[in-house]
Amino acid sequence: MVDLVWLIPTFPLLGFLTLICLGKSVREPIAGWLATTAMAGSFLSVLLVFIGMLLEKNENRQKVFTLFDWIPAGDFKVDIGFLADPLSITMCLFITGVGTLIHLYSIGYMHGDSDFNRFFTYLNLFAFSMLVLVLGDNLLLTFLGWEGVGACSYLLISFWFRDRANATAGKKAFITNRVGDWGFMVAMFLIFFNFGSLQYLEIFNILESNQIAKTTTTFIVLMLFVGAMGKSAQFPLYLWLPDAMAGPTPVSALIHAATMVTSGVYLLIRVNPIMVEASTWSTGLIAWVGVGTALFAASIAVAQTDIKKVLAYSTVSQLGYMVLAVGCGAYTAAIFHMITHAFFKALLFLGAGSVIHGMDGEQDLRRYGGLRSLMPITAGTFIIGWLAIAGVPPFSGFWSKDEILAFAWNKSPLLWIVGIVTALLTAFYMTRQVVLTFFGKPRYLDAGDAGDAGDAGDAVDAGDAGDAGDAGDAVDAVDAVDAVDAVDAVDAGDEIKPHESPWTMTLPLVALAVLSVVGGLIQLPFSSSTKWLEHWLEPATFHNETHLHLSSSTLWVLALLALVSVVAGIGIGLTTYLKEKIDKQIFEKPILHNAWNFDSTVSRFMGGPGSKAFAAVARFDKQVIDGAVDGTGQIVKKTASILRRTQNGLVRTYALGIGIGAIGLLIWFLTRTTI
Amino acid sequence: MNLIVAASSSATFPVLPSLLIVPTAGALVVAFLPRARKDLTKLVALIFSTITCALSLWLLSDFEYENHSDMFQFVSRQSWISDFGISWSFGVDGISLFLIVLTGILFPIAFLAVDPEHNDRSYFAWMLLLEAGVMGVFCSLDLILFFLCFEVVLVPMYFLISRWGHGNRSYAATKFFLFTMAGSALMLVGIITVAFLHADNVGGSVTFDLVEIAESQSITQGAARWIFLTFALAFAVKIPIFPLHTWLPDAHTEAPTAGSVILAGVLLKLGTYGLIRFGLYLFPEASHFFAPVFLTLGVVGIIYGAVVAAMQKDLKRLVAYSSIAHLGFIVLGTFALNTEAIVGSVLQMVNHGISTGALFLLVGMIYERRHTRQIDELGGLQHSAPLMAGFFTVVMLSSIGLPGLNGFVGEFLILLGTFTAHRWWAVVATLGVVLAALYLLWAYQRVFHGPAEKENAEMTDLKTRETLVLLPLLALIVFLGVYPKPVINRMENSVKTLVVHIEKHVSGFEEPVNRHSLGEIKIDTQKSEEGH
Repeated sequence: MVDLVWLIPTFPLLGFLTLICLGKSVREPIAGWLATTAMAGSFLSVLLVFIGMLLEKNENRQKVFTLFDWIPAGDFKVDIGFLADPLSITMCLFITGVGTLIHLYSIGYMHGDSDFNRFFTYLNLFAFSMLVLVLGDNLLLTFLGWEGVGACSYLLISFWFRDRANATAGKKAFITNRVGDWGFMVAMFLIFFNFGSLQYLEIFNILESNQIAKTTTTFIVLMLFVGAMGKSAQFPLYLWLPDAMAGPTPVSALIHAATMVTSGVYLLIRVNPIMVEASTWSTGLIAWVGVGTALFAASIAVAQTDIKKVLAYSTVSQLGYMVLAVGCGAYTAAIFHMITHAFFKALLFLGAGSVIHGMDGEQDLRRYGGLRSLMPITAGTFIIGWLAIAGVPPFSGFWSKDEILAFAWNKSPLLWIVGIVTALLTAFYMTRQVVLTFFGKPRYLDAGDAGDAGDAGDAVDAGDAGDAGDAGDAVDAVDAVDAVDAVDAVDAGDEIKPHESPWTMTLPLVALAVLSVVGGLIQLPFSSSTKWLEHWLEPATFHNETHLHLSSSTLWVLALLALVSVVAGIGIGLTTYLKEKIDKQIFEKPILHNAWNFDSTVSRFMGGPGSKAFAAVARFDKQVIDGAVDGTGQIVKKTASILRRTQNGLVRTYALGIGIGAIGLLIWFLTRTTI
Repeated sequence: MNLIVAASSSATFPVLPSLLIVPTAGALVVAFLPRARKDLTKLVALIFSTITCALSLWLLSDFEYENHSDMFQFVSRQSWISDFGISWSFGVDGISLFLIVLTGILFPIAFLAVDPEHNDRSYFAWMLLLEAGVMGVFCSLDLILFFLCFEVVLVPMYFLISRWGHGNRSYAATKFFLFTMAGSALMLVGIITVAFLHADNVGGSVTFDLVEIAESQSITQGAARWIFLTFALAFAVKIPIFPLHTWLPDAHTEAPTAGSVILAGVLLKLGTYGLIRFGLYLFPEASHFFAPVFLTLGVVGIIYGAVVAAMQKDLKRLVAYSSIAHLGFIVLGTFALNTEAIVGSVLQMVNHGISTGALFLLVGMIYERRHTRQIDELGGLQHSAPLMAGFFTVVMLSSIGLPGLNGFVGEFLILLGTFTAHRWWAVVATLGVVLAALYLLWAYQRVFHGPAEKENAEMTDLKTRETLVLLPLLALIVFLGVYPKPVINRMENSVKTLVVHIEKHVSGFEEPVNRHSLGEIKIDTQKSEEGH
């Protein structure tokens, strides 16, 4: 059944082609169902392959299926071929699984959008590219998927293109990723130059039987890491991800949380035989960038007021954990966290989408409150997601985060400390988000309250429209309510009427909530036999994983300390936002809200000196280079107009010329003969 | 056996001379059509260009690439000016094959896509004459014949720009003509010198036969280097290579749409093709000697073209500057002097023709509707013209070099090959892919995204005819990206032959290859079969 691997990407590809051919000729829900069916078909084929692989012995779980030659030129040859092994199939399982749920959810979420069909066309194309990325048996095919998901991400972020901000965000995502792609490409050149191949298994074989200089492998790893920094949103290339939230929320869930952004981590794990050959300072660098990003992003998430921005920075932070794991050589832990994160972060994003949907597009946490009773399913599932990401046992996030932290301690206690602080912050900002959304008094009804909320934000966020001042703010809030009323005149209500979402949206929430609860079961730390994922991934990790040299008592203490930090985070969060006994201004610092001013500094540089430099080059081209060309033309013209005077048509001028010439010649001959 | 194949195909029907004769005849017929039957001109021109296209496709299908040892196929030779050894000498190999096909395809498309604004007869006549000239450059194996065709091309293009162009057209046309003319004047001197030096050194009568001169390599090193420079200058202007590029933005911008398509799609390739055929092949040692200069200029072109493109306010000018960046890649690959990079360069010539041709068509379609190319005045077009936006997106992504579309394959092979030979040049050149995304996506955003106002909101979408014109280009963009193998296979042997030729004539030069091919690294094949 493993032979069916080609079916996996075929389904979404067919879905994409069908949708693009049908165009606008099908009516709204049909396109959505078509796309969802394609994804479900893909998921079923992954299941078949998965079962087939389970039936195989451990050492036979790695197969390459070559479809055709892609680019054969000179010594270079690369195929379109799939590598089916536990790693790629695990990725496929959650990509298609979570993907199907999100497709289903989108049918409800995108209801009524004029570009409904276009949305699902892109979504299927994305799924196809993502599957090619993980299934590709060589770096170049992975790169094809890599760029494909990047393009789809661009198309989907700028999906509502009429809004300039969305279009800018899409462009920013693509270009920032391209910076990373530069690293990926250079890495491929290096690999081809040194190994003569881009095929994973060939490269690994060569590594095993030949001596490759450590500097070479180190450089390869660093360049691949530059690529991973782009896709997996690590500092400083994370800049695009928070802006990417401009896209429709299902897109944020699927692409910018569960799947695409993990591809950088996937890539580094895929090439783990090269990783272990690289010098330790390079993997150390990876670990530090990872944990640094985790802390940096978590601190920003604390002060965000947009429900999706909180989740976006949280994603950056969680990706940091995964990168930390990779840097520590804990490949299984990274994949483990990738899977659980896919469950709970997709859940949280979809939950946020459901809230936004129910609140008629409102995304500001300060205008929520008390939604628990009005959206029971959304609230219940969101709370599960909160407990999972915060790391409360026995929810899935606890197990995966705990494992990463153990490896961090193993590498360096300093890494562990930063990790544990991040965990505390995570618990805190997620508690804040849950309380502000689902608990407390409703703040969307009362204009005065909204004004209060605006007050708090005022100092923090000058950029947010509508926060100009107390009075203006209150008026704005009223206006907003009015506007919504006008739209919802049918409801005959006088205020926003938060409502639960349709079943197509709540069903995926419930399914993901269940997964977020039980996801940890695949890798429990108690004994070697409960570490199922680790054994399963062995054919792809080649026993390259770092081994923990920690006693079980150390592990227990570490887990306990992690738990303490989580409880502290949740506790502080509850006291501040539910009991309101601590002033929230202590945490919501303007500098955190503005993301340490890093993004704005970069933007200012690009808009200022950067764009001035570009303009200077363009001016150089116009004035100096083209100027020289035109100048040459002018010189010729001027010289010609001077010379033209000699050709004045008068015989005496010409006779004079002949005379002078003759005399000149005579003198010349005479001087020659006398000497 | 191989000889028989080559001989028989050329004996049965002279395909290559027909590629010149058919469009020339078409030009004459169109020019002398009765003035009253204006309706016929386009049809007649279309028929002649379609026949030419069919001929080029026939060439493609009959081209032998697997068991073929001759360098050139479909060779046909007729003595012309025998006193000087000048002959009508044609032949095609894997390098010129696809450029001929590209020319064959682009001309009917250009005819179908846009109608000239006035005076149809001479417009179509000039276009057909242009096609004949271009075909001549790609087919000729005689230096004088080559030079003739290379120069003939200028005349129709001059008139196309100056009479059917926009705005500042006469300035642009004159600049184009003088610039290229000045560049190639020295080449004629070079051609004559090379022929006479060859005759002196070998003994015997003068000949302008490319293969004979190139294979004997009788000219002394010093002389060859100087002569190479005269050729290189002509090609550098034509390509154009920085800093000789400023005629291009003006010519492209002011030319009529069809003119821009042909100019970018085909005419620029006369230079890059010339560099390979009359640079590397004719002067292998000099090419190798000057390679660092051209590699550097190639990289400069890539970065510089992209930066200047980003700052353009006119959409057509932006596309024109993007050509400078793309052609920089081709120059880079050519002078990397290994198989991967040169195959990439030849492939990229074709790819650039398709993608940039399509881009100019799309810009032309926007101009036809909105009568402006100023990016500021456009906006939100995706709202009113979603189909056009879709086409534009795909073509743009191909131009950016998205894997799975045609542009990537060529670009990647060029960079890969260059990295093997000169890694730092490749590392810097790869930055070009970041910049390409920058200027194209920014332009796309300003033209197609955002709210649509006034005329932009009412712009009509693509008509059926326009869609049909763009579809074949789109199909090629996808096909060449997913399955370039048939194309690469046909190029590869010719490129390898060329590289071997360079190795043979440049002492101490070996094709730059990866460490595995050098034998430094061995793949344990037994193990890889078993898997881990």
